[in-house]
Amino acid sequence: MDFDFLKERARTIRRHVIDMTCAAGSGHPGGSLSATEILCTLYFHVMKHDPEAPQWKKRDRFVLSKGHVAPGLYAVLAESGYFPVEELRTLRELGSRLQGHPSYGKLPGIEMSTGSLGQGISIANGMALAAKLDSSDHRIYCLCGDGELQSGQNWEAAMLAAHYKLDNITVFVDRNKLQIMGDTEDVLSIEPLADKWTAFGWNVLEIDGHDFAAIIKACEDAKRFRGRPTVVIANTVKGRGVSFMENNADFHGKCCNPEQKEKAMCELEECL
Amino acid sequence: MKNVAQRAYFGKALADLGGKDAEIVVLDADLGSSTKTSDFAKSYPERFFQCGIAEQNMIGTAAGLAVSGKKVFASTFAVFATGRCWDQIRQSVAYPDLNVKIVATHCGISVGGDGASHQALEDVSLMRSLPNMTVICPADANEAYKATMAMAEHDGPCYMRMGRADFPVITGEEDVFIIGKATVLKKGKDVTLVGSGQMVSVCLEAAEMLKEDGVSAEVINMSTVKPLDADTLLESADRTRCVVTAEEHSIIGGLGSAVAECLSENDNQPLSRVGVRDSFGESGEPEELMIKYGLTKEDIVFAARKVIDRKRKKKGFLWRK
Repeated sequence: MDFDFLKERARTIRRHVIDMTCAAGSGHPGGSLSATEILCTLYFHVMKHDPEAPQWKKRDRFVLSKGHVAPGLYAVLAESGYFPVEELRTLRELGSRLQGHPSYGKLPGIEMSTGSLGQGISIANGMALAAKLDSSDHRIYCLCGDGELQSGQNWEAAMLAAHYKLDNITVFVDRNKLQIMGDTEDVLSIEPLADKWTAFGWNVLEIDGHDFAAIIKACEDAKRFRGRPTVVIANTVKGRGVSFMENNADFHGKCCNPEQKEKAMCELEECL
Repeated sequence: MKNVAQRAYFGKALADLGGKDAEIVVLDADLGSSTKTSDFAKSYPERFFQCGIAEQNMIGTAAGLAVSGKKVFASTFAVFATGRCWDQIRQSVAYPDLNVKIVATHCGISVGGDGASHQALEDVSLMRSLPNMTVICPADANEAYKATMAMAEHDGPCYMRMGRADFPVITGEEDVFIIGKATVLKKGKDVTLVGSGQMVSVCLEAAEMLKEDGVSAEVINMSTVKPLDADTLLESADRTRCVVTAEEHSIIGGLGSAVAECLSENDNQPLSRVGVRDSFGESGEPEELMIKYGLTKEDIVFAARKVIDRKRKKKGFLWRK
């Protein structure tokens, strides 16, 4: 398979992320850049969805548990055709549909309000139970941060998903290893992460989160797997694609200054 | 007047709803035998989901079901339903304005022996401050049944609180319950007693005591605390010129606060609040606790006399001017 299309899309999404956070003067570029390949693969290849009919009942659902990655999500939604690309620059402006963290009911394509961390898998559980009640075969995708997994509600949710055999859920963990105060293992260690999910009864896959082929294969494997939910631990690099942002926790919640922006945009012309 | 537990009628209402509406889904956090969601579970096991002792996930799961088109009732004790899950309710239910009905039992001091850890005295305050949230405190079992039916029809998040104990049934089966609409149970001219939950029946008893002293008390059942029926409240307060609130809840943030806010932004009639005065509860028999924490008909009568005095003094002040 040729990934030129997805690669081109990823480059566009990264440029939007830099551009819109700079226009806003704030936002969370680091995690948006680490999750870009996951978001692109889901929205431009894997998920069944229709920007012309955002409420189509049988669409696959996507829950952004790490709501601060809103810039990345807004960029893929705009490029999918849910709203005009020009609107991206209204991020965080008064009256904008592009709230600092996703707000349900404002912007087409947003499936749930998120931002207070640790709640997305619970939402996915409810959506997955509803799909089973309605005998619909659509799938529920959820993207979590790695630091976010320090929150206990995730593990309550993990228990429930396994208990009810919610095999229509695929959770991606954006394992970029950094949170605001530094390395997740220094702040509050979450390892051994795969063992934890296995112990909670999940089907666990571990991949390179920037490898389109691996992401697609993980989604296909999860879809075929019966009787258990799947978690994909996607090893990623925070700030991926911009040299000075890579593996730099400073860019978790801070945008580039004008010089940095110019350099970042230059690098993104050529990278990947 | 017979005494009936509100939760029994809530359970009956849920089971009745289950037969009428296939979109009704019920979630429990290991307390269904107490909250009476077990009636629904028996009749509609495929739409009942046991979430275990994990209330935060229960609320998120309820939100995920609701955003998928289901009408979700999530039920547990009030301390857990509102305190433990407040952020989940705020972020995943109230903010996205979803059709989740949080129904709590074991509210107030009359929980009794379990003590302060299980006596929710802050739940109305916590829920009332959330935008989009409707807060209902039914006065008796009949209203608990009707409020459950009304919530299923209402589009948006709701919180309903009920007690543990058996309370007097004071409304008739034929009486109409409308969310946001207070009812005047007894007309009077000297003071307005505004009650919520089981304190409505205590207000009626207090009104009888006041009558013996020649004081004519109006009694309002404010079973919806949010949105507050300001029209009914102000119409009454305008005539009686003084108000007493009574609730089995902290005087901070609940019915008393809601009424105070409303009065002070209008003609500012004198108000006295009967409720738990900024303290936790403790173990004891419900009746003993109601006495110790100042939630009896005598407390309401005392508050009424005080507030009538204040009204008279206020009048005198105005005349002197």
